[in-house]
Amino acid sequence: MTKPLLVAENISKYYDGRVACEKVNFELWPGEVLAIVGESGSGKTTLLKCLSMQIAPNAGRVLYSLRDGRTESLSDLSEAERRFLMRTDWGFVHQDPREGLRMGVSAGANVGERLMAVGERHYGRIRSTALDWLNRVEIAGDRIDESPRNYSGGMRQRLQIARNLVTAPRLVFMDEPTGGLDVSVQARLLDLLRGLVRTLGLSVVIVTHDLAVARLLSTRILVMQQGKVIETGLTDQVLEDPQAPYTQLLVSSVLQV
Amino acid sequence: MTTGYNFAYLNEQTKRMIRRALLKAVAIPGYQVPFASREMPMPYGWGTGGVQVTASILTPGDTLKVIDQGADDTTNAVSIRKFFVRTAGVATTEETEKASIIQTRHRVPEASLREDQILVYQVPIPEPLRFLEPRETETRKMHALEEYGIMHVKLYEDIARHGHIATAYAYPAKVNGRYVFDPSPIPKFDNPKLDDCAALQLFGAGREKRIYAVPPYTKVTSLDFEDHPFSVQKWEEPCALCGSTTTYLDEIILDDKGKRMFVCSDTDHCRKAQEKAA
Ligand SMILES: Nc1ncnc2c1ncn2[C@@H]1O[C@H](COP(=O)(O)OP(=O)(O)OP(=O)(O)O)[C@@H](O)[C@H]1O
Ligand SMILES: [Mg+2]
Ligand SMILES: [Zn+2]
Repeated sequence: MTKPLLVAENISKYYDGRVACEKVNFELWPGEVLAIVGESGSGKTTLLKCLSMQIAPNAGRVLYSLRDGRTESLSDLSEAERRFLMRTDWGFVHQDPREGLRMGVSAGANVGERLMAVGERHYGRIRSTALDWLNRVEIAGDRIDESPRNYSGGMRQRLQIARNLVTAPRLVFMDEPTGGLDVSVQARLLDLLRGLVRTLGLSVVIVTHDLAVARLLSTRILVMQQGKVIETGLTDQVLEDPQAPYTQLLVSSVLQV
Repeated sequence: MTTGYNFAYLNEQTKRMIRRALLKAVAIPGYQVPFASREMPMPYGWGTGGVQVTASILTPGDTLKVIDQGADDTTNAVSIRKFFVRTAGVATTEETEKASIIQTRHRVPEASLREDQILVYQVPIPEPLRFLEPRETETRKMHALEEYGIMHVKLYEDIARHGHIATAYAYPAKVNGRYVFDPSPIPKFDNPKLDDCAALQLFGAGREKRIYAVPPYTKVTSLDFEDHPFSVQKWEEPCALCGSTTTYLDEIILDDKGKRMFVCSDTDHCRKAQEKAA
């Protein structure tokens, strides 16, 4: 019997009485990739932060299906449980990899950190797992001891992904993961992400203002405008046959480019 | 003893406040207890944290020993000893066995300590997590939730860079299976002496306003990896003065041609060993 991995119920967040996102509802099923799209300021990042408990919503709740089968409202978990969830069962890929990496330590330590956080105490095993993950994100193994400061933007982003995936999380949140990169680097990263999502069966919530990214990666899409979800559905359907006038505008503006 | 001071310089109210912090520290081994550190008539970096702890536990009947890097005759040790002679009129000694309170910077005496002794450490930086996590609110949370993974990130970096754990001083350890702490900048050679020690061990950080403790007979475990176990410094040669092969040795440069020798850093212990041999 399957059930949703995550359920957003009436999520609302206001800043000084102004709407950042309002009454958002959706279900995320295991293995599903949900894209949140919309123009700048429409509340995408705010929603993602509410879902991943980085900020507390003013109203609504997020239900999550834990590994042990229980479904809990995230706000009911203790802080210890929440933080444990964040570094084991979840990943978070930031647009700016410097926010998601420890720039002061080597690439190997960046990948190994989560393993050590869950109690791995064998250096040789940590190192071989880190090497394996660098390989999977197409970073040469002989760069394992280098600081990510020496890495290019694309490499940093791939390192950030490896660092998150090493504990085999079930759910990964991504905020504009290809945002700061130039086009050819973006394409390579998207290919890599698509491959990982498929082979690992990851569930993903990805924020992007780029409909091409949504088309390539996501199964379902959620279109936001001024903090509200104005359209939702299967990505292919929504992009083929957008219903809301705003979505039609978004889609046609992309097609014209 | 100079009159005009309260006994051991600090007023009674301050001492009571510090003693309360000490009791809490003893009750929660390895936990850093905040305290209202006072200005002392010496600069930070001169052990004001240790001095405040010593001042708060000192009684007229105590015999005080003060060491810096294992020696009783360095400037820092001499001035702290003088300070307590002047303000408390207590007896002092250079012999570890005769001291009831030993204040130290950078070393643990070689002689094993007894239940009727207290070791007071001067601590510059009490927070072992700080090097990777500068935010105080976050490090407190990490201690509260026992999130100590990043301590191993530091050791991992050591091995990746040097092939072995190169951290030689202020080597992090876990107290009583719970709190990870910084044993102050003692050499890791001394870490095993903290484990199951008969004496009460108190740690004072003046500038950082923290006190912590290891009660007698408490487990202190140095962090390591299964395949890179904790080990202490070793020397190729014995102490040039007493012949000891079991003590922590300092290298002394004898001339500008590179002539050098290794001698015990614990001067009292070395002198005793020489007397015994003679
Ligand atoms: N910390 C904050 N304080 C006040 N207002 C905020 C804060 N964070 C976001 N907002 C406001 O909430 C609204 C939604 O912002 P959000 O960052 O979620 O948009 P976004 O869709 O992610 O935009 P972008 O595509 O530019 O990243 C905006 O009006 C923004 O100014
Ligand atoms: Mg955003
Ligand atoms: Zn000697």
